[in-house]
Amino acid sequence: MKKELRFSGSGGQGVITAAIIYAEAAVDEGKEAVQSQSYGPEARGGASKAEVILSDYKIYHPHITSPDVVLAMTQKAADKYYADLKENGLLIIDEDLVPNAPNFKNIVKIPITKIAAEQVGAALYSNIVALGAVTRLTDFLSFDAVKKAVENRVPKHTIDANVKALQLGWDAAKVW
Amino acid sequence: MSEEIKRSYEKYFREHRLPHLWCPGCGNGIAMKAIVMAIEKHPELNKDNTVIISGIGCSSRASGYMDFDTLHTAHGRALPFATGIKLARPDLKVIVITGDGDCTAIGGNHFIHTCRRNHDLTVILFNNNIYGMTGGQTSPMTPKGKKATTTPYGAIAQPLDPSALAKAAGATFVGRSTAYHVQHLASVIEQGLNNHGFAFVEAIVQCPTSYGRKNKLGSPADMMKWMRDNAVMKAAWDKMSDEEKTGEKFPIGVFLDTRAEEYGDMYSKLIDRIGGKNQ
Amino acid sequence: MKARLMQGNEACAEGAIAAGVRFFAGYPITPSTEIAETMARMLPLCGGKFLQMEDEIASMGAILGASLAGVKSMDATSGPGFSLKQELIGYGAVAEIPCVLVNVQRVGPSTGQPTAPSQGDVMQVRWGTHGDHPIIALSPWSVRETYDATVMAVNYSERFRTPVILLMDEIVGHLRERVELPDSVEIYPRRQPKKTRAEGYQPYEPDEDLVPNIADFGKGYHIHVTGLIHDETGFPVGSPEVTEKSIRRLHEKIARVGEEIIHTYEYCMEDAEYAVVAFGGTARTAYETVRRMREQGKKVGMLRLMTIWPFADAAIKRVAKKVKGIVVAELNYGQIVHEVRRAAEGRCEVALCGKYNMKAFEPEEIEEAVKAMMEGGANK
Repeated sequence: MKKELRFSGSGGQGVITAAIIYAEAAVDEGKEAVQSQSYGPEARGGASKAEVILSDYKIYHPHITSPDVVLAMTQKAADKYYADLKENGLLIIDEDLVPNAPNFKNIVKIPITKIAAEQVGAALYSNIVALGAVTRLTDFLSFDAVKKAVENRVPKHTIDANVKALQLGWDAAKVW
Repeated sequence: MSEEIKRSYEKYFREHRLPHLWCPGCGNGIAMKAIVMAIEKHPELNKDNTVIISGIGCSSRASGYMDFDTLHTAHGRALPFATGIKLARPDLKVIVITGDGDCTAIGGNHFIHTCRRNHDLTVILFNNNIYGMTGGQTSPMTPKGKKATTTPYGAIAQPLDPSALAKAAGATFVGRSTAYHVQHLASVIEQGLNNHGFAFVEAIVQCPTSYGRKNKLGSPADMMKWMRDNAVMKAAWDKMSDEEKTGEKFPIGVFLDTRAEEYGDMYSKLIDRIGGKNQ
Repeated sequence: MKARLMQGNEACAEGAIAAGVRFFAGYPITPSTEIAETMARMLPLCGGKFLQMEDEIASMGAILGASLAGVKSMDATSGPGFSLKQELIGYGAVAEIPCVLVNVQRVGPSTGQPTAPSQGDVMQVRWGTHGDHPIIALSPWSVRETYDATVMAVNYSERFRTPVILLMDEIVGHLRERVELPDSVEIYPRRQPKKTRAEGYQPYEPDEDLVPNIADFGKGYHIHVTGLIHDETGFPVGSPEVTEKSIRRLHEKIARVGEEIIHTYEYCMEDAEYAVVAFGGTARTAYETVRRMREQGKKVGMLRLMTIWPFADAAIKRVAKKVKGIVVAELNYGQIVHEVRRAAEGRCEVALCGKYNMKAFEPEEIEEAVKAMMEGGANK
């Protein structure tokens, strides 16, 4: 098994953190994982992306060649980062922030940021809502492993809100 | 008092390295002697627990003649090396010998920040107003109008006052004396050694070969007479009106002797606060 | 030890601490900053000290000072900072002060592309400071190897009493991957004088391995350390004979151990007709290229250089004897390729696959370069 995931959005949306947590969960489940990101002037406001590769074997080339999953949290990210998806890959978008969904057959639209803002209490939880959705839709990792990784990574006083965000993202993916 | 006892500070020199390379009449030897006189008076300092760090230039050759662990670093960089040594071995007394070019030009930024962090170092700047080692180029402490090979028509920029800079940047001891006032100089250095923080002492020394000759200042003795005639003890200086502070007059003495938390001590406290391990 | 996800820069810091580094001075610069940040957090917890200095030169000076006082020391930087430290790297080499300097390479010259990967400092590492001096430089390709190479760098610096450069790149520095770290590592202790002052101790008298046992400051030896050329006493001398002897010994103390410190790794080289030579993060992509080409039945292998300096002449010679051609993949305009060509001595074709557009290699780019060589070779 080898899977390639791209988490994309705008700088400040927390896609890099989501990718790190996902990779940490993969390691916890005994998988090989590498995580990388593009830094730079794009780090705030521009299009930002983080990549995770999971495998049962050692991973050498550390960058994605053709993703199995792309998460896009903004229109700009969706436009820029979905094109090299595998034919049977999956594109997950924030349905409010990506009003013009790319023309791709396997597309899942979830009101990620809206859920974070309205049900968790702040838009800043949107990355963890997205992580919940990605976890469920990909089925590469268990919910519990990702939940544990969230708990280990986020500030202590935000654990409850983040776990709630993860659960809401997971639940929203079920609706689809 | 016998001659032998008077020269007891000589034990601090590496006699096999002498005579020194300084020109006849140079003031550096006097400043170096004042340092060892001050060390000798300090009850806790000895050759094993004191280290001498220097930069590059005439002044900085002093370290090679002094029988301690000594470090002749790169141009301008004595303070960073000294900072590393002090943090690695807080139990050592670290004395830095530098020059006007070494400390205030190429090493200027290190000077500011080493004052700011307040490391327990005693820094003695041998100020000869010129780059002697390389044959007499201007330094940031060459007075306005004075000549050097690179200011052949006289320096036009104002000179830097490192005492004021040290004070502003956070040093806890600032003093000045001259090669003429050798006992006074040793006393100012001694007080600097007793200050647990960044102690800065400017030692005005004569450079008869480059600075003196270029500016027609006469013999080494004439240059020292100039120090005698123009240096004013701080207490007297403070009473002088601005009108009286004329010509080339300048104050000597201890300008600042205060206490502030020393960097290494603060770091030790930080280690305790976070439950770390102090060395 | 339990597996964990760790970044290359973090592994460097943890490796340094495992190897006994207890002093770090640095100045923030992308993409090396996480090393300083990790050291700032960890060192005070384990008996060490961290200091952010006013600039890159100061941090290099501070680690040299701390090392002279007996504390293993490290500094980390990237291109612009590495340029600034050159004079003091030379100081460390001639005054024989152990220390490790990490350079997480980014695109240059000058400020360049601060966040983008490059391997453009290979030659600066070797020749950046003025004068003749040897250098040891290690370039890890994974997070785990970064840990191991940092330990190795600290140990080499102590053993040979010389600055050692850990030549990382942004790819590995910022990569997070699964690692399992060892519970403990072998540590080369600080060399100690073998004589007392009374017995005629000279700080720069070479031991049998040509490395001097210089006393740490504060041990009562009253030594003198200078960047001027000095004799065995440590004091400067103007003699042509001493100058020649000193410079020769600096080189020979490292050259005499030869292959022992030159770490190279071969992949699929048994029957290879073509070889890719690569190092650091680029070697990971070259490995993928080799795997793909093997699937296509092409006899391609890889030689990976972990020790960059001293250069792996023997390994290159061995490969050059065996293959028809070597493709050197490096993220620059062509640097290590010149060394490979020199060491190959015309035994096989040597071509550069260089890249300098902010992006790391894709496997197919190296594949194309190998195929171009294969096709070119068929035409001959």
